[in-house]
Amino acid sequence: MKYAIIVYESADDFAAREDARAKTYWDGHGAYFGALQAAGVFTGGAGLMPPHAATTVRLRGGARQVVDGPYADIKEQLGGFYLIDVENLDAALAWAEKCPGASTGAIEVRPLVEMNQ
Amino acid sequence: MNAAAAAERVARESYGRLLALLAARTRDVAAAEDALAEAFAAALSAWPRGGLPDNPEAWLFAAAKRKLIDAARRRKTASEGEQQIMLGIEELEAEMSARDAPDKRLGLMFACAHPAIEESVRTPLMLQVVLGFSAERTASAFLVEPSAMGQRLVRAKKKIRDAGIGFEVPEPDAWRARLGAVLDAIYAAYTSGWSDPLGADPERRGLAEEAVWLARVLVSQVRDEPEALGLLSLMLHLEARRPARRDRDGRFVPLDEQDVSLWTRESMLEAEAALRAASLAKRPGRYQLEAAIQSAHATRAWRGEADWDAIVLLYGALSELTGSPVARLNAAAAIARRDGPERGLAAAEEVARLHPVLNDYQPYWALRADLCARLGRAEAARAAYAEAIAREDDAAVVRFLIERREKI
Repeated sequence: MKYAIIVYESADDFAAREDARAKTYWDGHGAYFGALQAAGVFTGGAGLMPPHAATTVRLRGGARQVVDGPYADIKEQLGGFYLIDVENLDAALAWAEKCPGASTGAIEVRPLVEMNQ
Repeated sequence: MNAAAAAERVARESYGRLLALLAARTRDVAAAEDALAEAFAAALSAWPRGGLPDNPEAWLFAAAKRKLIDAARRRKTASEGEQQIMLGIEELEAEMSARDAPDKRLGLMFACAHPAIEESVRTPLMLQVVLGFSAERTASAFLVEPSAMGQRLVRAKKKIRDAGIGFEVPEPDAWRARLGAVLDAIYAAYTSGWSDPLGADPERRGLAEEAVWLARVLVSQVRDEPEALGLLSLMLHLEARRPARRDRDGRFVPLDEQDVSLWTRESMLEAEAALRAASLAKRPGRYQLEAAIQSAHATRAWRGEADWDAIVLLYGALSELTGSPVARLNAAAAIARRDGPERGLAAAEEVARLHPVLNDYQPYWALRADLCARLGRAEAARAAYAEAIAREDDAAVVRFLIERREKI
């Protein structure tokens, strides 16, 4: 089954991308990406710029409303996601707990809706 | 037994095994339930007329398989192509016909006990999918509104299917987190079967035996897990007393008055051996404590007297561990036996004051009635018996309570 490993990062996690901890941060995700590829389960994904770069748009009654910021202003914010293809939820959870950020933020595991070719 | 009753019995006994088998591949418990329900309906109309087939379980499986394929064709879901379902069902067929096919029920139980499933629904879910309990019945056992229970069960089955929860017995480091819910479901099934020892209710018939059997499978698969052994020991101790629980006229006989010569020695010895094996791990838990309590009652068969000191102590430890008001109430009952009715009543009243939920619990009123009667407080005793009778479903127990009340 295909799953999204969705990485929610704290403000401190986002800061770690650019301060003295940047190398550790990026090396961690690099190593994780490598491990997913080596296991043959990686099917896609992307890192996202921090929430300050987010803009939210809504169409209400035909009118476009654009506001600064992410959709939900919560403590932890979407930082990126990996797409993997594994046997079942337990396998996906095992990968999720290895994801950098699991110990500081939260990792959500969501099955993908499979589209017909 | 008439054909209809025989059909019903075979169908019930096969339910959990077939459901586990049908759902293991697709992970779609609700679809497997629907298919199986239709197969059972077909069997209950065909078997009484044409007689039981040689292999009723294979008949049910074949019928359910057809329904499952039909349903898949109708649904044509994006995620499960028809071909994939057909492939899965061919594999299932091979498993079904294989001798000594592994019992998938345990895997299904562990799927229901997955931490991704909301905690409060894990045990009810297992009771429904593995043992065929209705939503109404699990709702009443868990003191929840049937409609709310029904919704929670539906949601949990969707989660199993859509999140892709696997149906395997997990690796040792993962099963600990789930074992508790599996043990609780097995014990809930056991107690449900236990409360109907005459087997008058077809849904409950064989449930106690089924629960013991599942515990044996569990013990063989999760070796050296002391709580699994503890649960097996507890149920075997209770099973040992089954022949003594009703007299020749079907009257309820309370534990204290049971004829110990009727207790099954073989079950008691096996229960003791399981408890000893559990104690080697030095990791006590709820079921080991409960088994130890039953073991202390069992000493009556050998020494003529239950070990009341041990029982008071063990119930104390159990209520410390679980915070269960029922355990505290049982401690009070044991205190009454050891230190007299006055002390016991004081302890029971204290527990009820701390846990008002006990005011809806039949054994609380029965204990209170008995202790009041022994203290010569006839009016209070009669009133308490009335409360107990109003809260009891088992006709034999109701009869027992009425007789007790009349003797005051």
